Amino acid sequence: METFSLATQLFAAKTAVFAAETAGEIVEASGWFLNNAWLIPLIPVASFLIILFFGKRMPRGGSEVGILAVGISFILAVATGIQWIAEVNSAGDNAAVSAASRVWTWWANGGISFTIGTLVDGLAVVLLFVVTLVSLLVHIYSTDYVAGDRRFTHFFAFLSLFTAAMLFFVLSENTLQMIVGWELVGVCSFTLIGHWWEEKPNSQAALKAFLTNRVGDIGLLIGVAILFFAAGETFSVLDINARAIAGEIDHLPLLVAACALTAAVMSKSGQFFLHTWLPDAMAGPTPVSALIHAATMVVAGVYLIARLYGVFFEGFSVAGSSINLLALIGGATTLVGATLAFVQRDIKRVLAYSTISQLGYMVMALGVGAWTAAVFHLFTHAFFKACLFLGSGSVSHAVHSFDMKSDMGGLRKYMPHTYRTFLIASLALSGVPPLAGFWSKDEILAGTGGWGLFGGTDANGAYTVMLVMGIITAALTAAYMVRCVYLTFFGEYRGHGTPHESGPRIVYPLWILAGLAVVAGWTNLPAGFQLVPASWTERFGHFIEPAAGVKYFPKIAHAHPSWTLGVVSILAALAGIGIAARYYFGKVRVLGAGAAEVGAAEVGAPGAAAGTPSAPATPSATELPDGLTRRYPVFSWGYKLLENKYYLDHLYTRVIAGGMKGPVANAAYRFNQEGIDKVVNVTAQRAVQAGNFAYNVIDQKVVDGVVNSTGSAPHMAGEEVRRMQTGKVQTYAGIVFVGAALLALVFIIFL
Amino acid sequence: MEAFLDDWGLTILTFLPAAGALVIMGIPKPQEHLQKAAALLATLSVAIFAVLLLGWFDLDSAGQLQYEVDHSWIEVINSRYIMGLDGISLPLVLLTALVVPLCVIYSFNHFPEPYNPKAFLSLLLILETGMIGTFVAQDLILFFVFFEVVLLPMYFMIGVWGGENRRYAAIKFFLYTLFGSALMLISFLALFFLADGTLAGIADVNTFDMRALSGGATTAIARTSQLWIFAGMFLGFGVKVPIFPFHTWLPDAHTEAPTVGSVILAAVLLKLGTYGFVRIALPILPEAAAAWAPVIGLLAVIGIIYGALGCLAQKDMKRLIAFSSVAHMGFVMLGIATMTDFGINAAVFGMVAHGLITGMLFFLAGSVKDRYHTLDMSRLGGLLAQAPRMGWILGFCAMASLGLPGLAGFWGEFPAILASYNPAGILSEAVFRTYMVIAAVGTVLAAGYLLWMLQKAAFGKPREEFVDSPDVKDASKLEYLAWAPMLVLIVVLGFYPRLLHEATDPAVGESLVLNVGDEVYDCLEIEDGEQCFDTLRENSAQISEHASSRQASSQQVSSQQALAK
Repeated sequence: METFSLATQLFAAKTAVFAAETAGEIVEASGWFLNNAWLIPLIPVASFLIILFFGKRMPRGGSEVGILAVGISFILAVATGIQWIAEVNSAGDNAAVSAASRVWTWWANGGISFTIGTLVDGLAVVLLFVVTLVSLLVHIYSTDYVAGDRRFTHFFAFLSLFTAAMLFFVLSENTLQMIVGWELVGVCSFTLIGHWWEEKPNSQAALKAFLTNRVGDIGLLIGVAILFFAAGETFSVLDINARAIAGEIDHLPLLVAACALTAAVMSKSGQFFLHTWLPDAMAGPTPVSALIHAATMVVAGVYLIARLYGVFFEGFSVAGSSINLLALIGGATTLVGATLAFVQRDIKRVLAYSTISQLGYMVMALGVGAWTAAVFHLFTHAFFKACLFLGSGSVSHAVHSFDMKSDMGGLRKYMPHTYRTFLIASLALSGVPPLAGFWSKDEILAGTGGWGLFGGTDANGAYTVMLVMGIITAALTAAYMVRCVYLTFFGEYRGHGTPHESGPRIVYPLWILAGLAVVAGWTNLPAGFQLVPASWTERFGHFIEPAAGVKYFPKIAHAHPSWTLGVVSILAALAGIGIAARYYFGKVRVLGAGAAEVGAAEVGAPGAAAGTPSAPATPSATELPDGLTRRYPVFSWGYKLLENKYYLDHLYTRVIAGGMKGPVANAAYRFNQEGIDKVVNVTAQRAVQAGNFAYNVIDQKVVDGVVNSTGSAPHMAGEEVRRMQTGKVQTYAGIVFVGAALLALVFIIFL
Repeated sequence: MEAFLDDWGLTILTFLPAAGALVIMGIPKPQEHLQKAAALLATLSVAIFAVLLLGWFDLDSAGQLQYEVDHSWIEVINSRYIMGLDGISLPLVLLTALVVPLCVIYSFNHFPEPYNPKAFLSLLLILETGMIGTFVAQDLILFFVFFEVVLLPMYFMIGVWGGENRRYAAIKFFLYTLFGSALMLISFLALFFLADGTLAGIADVNTFDMRALSGGATTAIARTSQLWIFAGMFLGFGVKVPIFPFHTWLPDAHTEAPTVGSVILAAVLLKLGTYGFVRIALPILPEAAAAWAPVIGLLAVIGIIYGALGCLAQKDMKRLIAFSSVAHMGFVMLGIATMTDFGINAAVFGMVAHGLITGMLFFLAGSVKDRYHTLDMSRLGGLLAQAPRMGWILGFCAMASLGLPGLAGFWGEFPAILASYNPAGILSEAVFRTYMVIAAVGTVLAAGYLLWMLQKAAFGKPREEFVDSPDVKDASKLEYLAWAPMLVLIVVLGFYPRLLHEATDPAVGESLVLNVGDEVYDCLEIEDGEQCFDTLRENSAQISEHASSRQASSQQVSSQQALAK
């Protein structure tokens, strides 16, 4: 098998080279791992089935199977990545490497064939790596985190299924396959959010997540349908892209399809205004939040745009001179997420809003044409955000709560590893150089081409407002992470008992992710970064971005990296850190110390102002008692607005869902019972009345009267007929049909 | 074997259950085990026989009728005993042959009050004869007879073994459907008198032969007449489907019917209506169908939304599932209304998928009722905790029902949506694209009510009143046995839809393209189809006049001869 595979690989590589020489321009990548990428999702599927049916009988409840399977998938993913890089390298500068695609016919009807297959290129390779790696680490982490859980085996089964579904989605060769993967990850998310379904809030959160995603799915179904017909009856991602770019599709269907798909992206990737499910999804176990609701599933929407970039690029005229829907939604989302992250007490909710905000960056980047920056940010974000989530899980493991204000504080003394990794990841998220977040965020900011300064899109300056939003968010991000880190790890411990550091199966994954949060950004150092050799820069872009000349990827312009912008964004981050640090480390901490002496009870004032229960009086304060919210009504209103999440939840849950479920559904049902059904019943009643009339008046009085008057009615027969007619209608009808059936039988047999 | 099957296959398949019913009737009442065994034996042999027919079925020519039999039957009205099986009938026949034995297995220890297995099982078997007969009949009168044979056993099942309000539900079901079929019969008669069989190449002018009628015999009928005839059939089939606003019998019938009755009702009986559209209404009167299609599509999408809203207003789990049928059959009707082979394929798939999934949901509702003695969702809860496997199966079926890709339901739903983006050329794209969007919204509502039901029934903690209830236990072996085949099929069809399309695709193509003739199909495919049909009619009318005058003269001759004698 091995020699065979090696032989195929060599052979494939040779043919690829040969093709490059003859065809000159475009080479389709090929190789054993690239062509057999279908194995990568298939292995976790097998693991899902094994765990589901035999997991309970295994010594470690099935977790060993899950880890083994994802481990193998990880190795295969790495091998696939290496092979892809080798292909790009071997093609050199003379040829453009196009995606390795394999297609099988799944089924066909009405002259339309539905295919299934794999599509491996740089983008897919990145996602394969991220998904399998984070999944593997989360698997290992979970063996400790959910140890002793009532549904341990079930948990691992669904982790496997999720991983499989996500990988299946990533490798999709066509849009239909994407729908399948898209929905399957949604279901896994549903079951895992509702993992502890005994408690109502959890099942509510699961329902909310699924239903919100379904709303977006309307867009997905419609978008795919439009593209299918517009591109000449094909689901193939490559063909759709190629035709969109070649101008073979009219602009209107393209625009409508892009808008419809954007709705899907909004729900899956938590974009404003369909983001409200994501913070609630934190009801699920923390490893799930890290894997599904931070690193992988929620980027499915971003991936969808990146995959069908031809459609979005042309549909929204990204290279044009006006701001498009995608950039606008992304920009708004970054700000909405970042502001909401400020008012959360629950550490996971801070991270959830932060995820929303960062996903906004990615969507915004795609909206302004900075494709590589978006994918790069997806890549780096996965590591530091997974690290943060797993870190918050480690904390909650120790203090049995997610509430930063009432149950945390001062944990750096008790949990040094968690603290250090959390801090590294926070700095990476805040965009402090040289950590990962800085590089990718900076690339997005440059990609907006604000004021026409850095190149980027052809229409220089169109996306200036996106740059401004991005910089504001950068400052906000740094500030809310300072708040989060302070409340969790500094001051005095406010919870119960004595917290302790988590075990190795939790700590090692944290360190691995923290390490990646440091180095991941170095994979795409900007061109012209003089501290390293030129051949080290822009490696990520070189291997991941489809080469110029392939037909399925639009010609995008690239921004120039800018030292000035780098300095500005660093300053923004530092400003955010500085202001927040001055507030927390300067004032709150001092107050906390003072309060401890006098035993003041008035703490957590903004919370009290907004009507939420204030933190109990402890030696460690969490907010200033006479903060801005107390002093200025404007801030108080602002706080209230944030506290209520811009009232979106109110709108969706109470007004829309509640209205649908309550008044609308009830009205429809009443119409059914008292409208339509009444007609049926009344008709039947009238018929019976007519029958009675016919019998009592016409038959008995008129006809029978005539008969009786003639005095020749045979009494017995009359009785018989009468009994049949006055008997229940059903008996009557029944007899008719027994008769009919018998007659039919007679006909069948004798005629 | 092949020759035997060719001659007798369908007849045996159809009447085998009836023979089983006779046997059961002959067994003395106290010997219940014997009755059950006989019923199981009969239904299983029907299933095996159906598989045999499948084995010898030539999938490569699934578009043609196979195992065709054609004997004279009621000569007075020129109705013949014609049966045949093609790719559209085949999946539905197999579905019927599968579901009935599973119902028998499930019934083994679930006989509802007033018990009496003998009568119950006999009725079930008679029902099976009616259902299979409807799917294989190729003569309108024969079809009608079987269509009506189905009514009576179901009527008794609801009326005798049903819930509290059973009498009302049963009579409503019976009379409503009867009302529809009366109009349908009138339409059939009108076809008999107006169509010209010679146009389709058979000797008789007046015919009930569905092959001839869908093979061009109707092209000469005036447009107005066609519209009226179609309207009659529309009501007949539409009540059965049921299409909004003729659906109100369904929730009552389902709610009151015993579990097995509900399962059969959902799995097979509703399909008689949609099958009628696909097999009879569309191929026989394509022109009228095209004229009616926007209306059908509209009622279908209203049904999708309206059914979903009805679900959301329910407190009773079984009634909720019943209303969901209105919504799901809306998708099937939408697929049919597009009049494309793609859409009709989707509809046939949707029929089978809905049969399996909703059938399963009714099984589950029945089992929940057995355990909790109520289906009031405000009192249910914690099924997952008390009967975890059953809870999971419920979750699985809810997911399948809301159209999760990878399970059977999706392949009925999404292709129907896809097809309505691009309906047959004669239909308005703008109208059908609007329907597409509405139908897509329906998928959200479907997820809403199904997950809500799941949450109410399965999630949470069990109510206090049921915590120590001895009746609440996980699924029994018999239940597993009855459910496993359906669950497996839901997954298999979800992953490998080709299994079904292999059969339906050629048949659907045939019924639209070849049966009705290329010219008719071409008319459907162009925007100016109406004129195209007019031209076609004129041509046909000319040929037809020749034919009828010829026949008239020959009749004259024969009558003169008779007079001379």
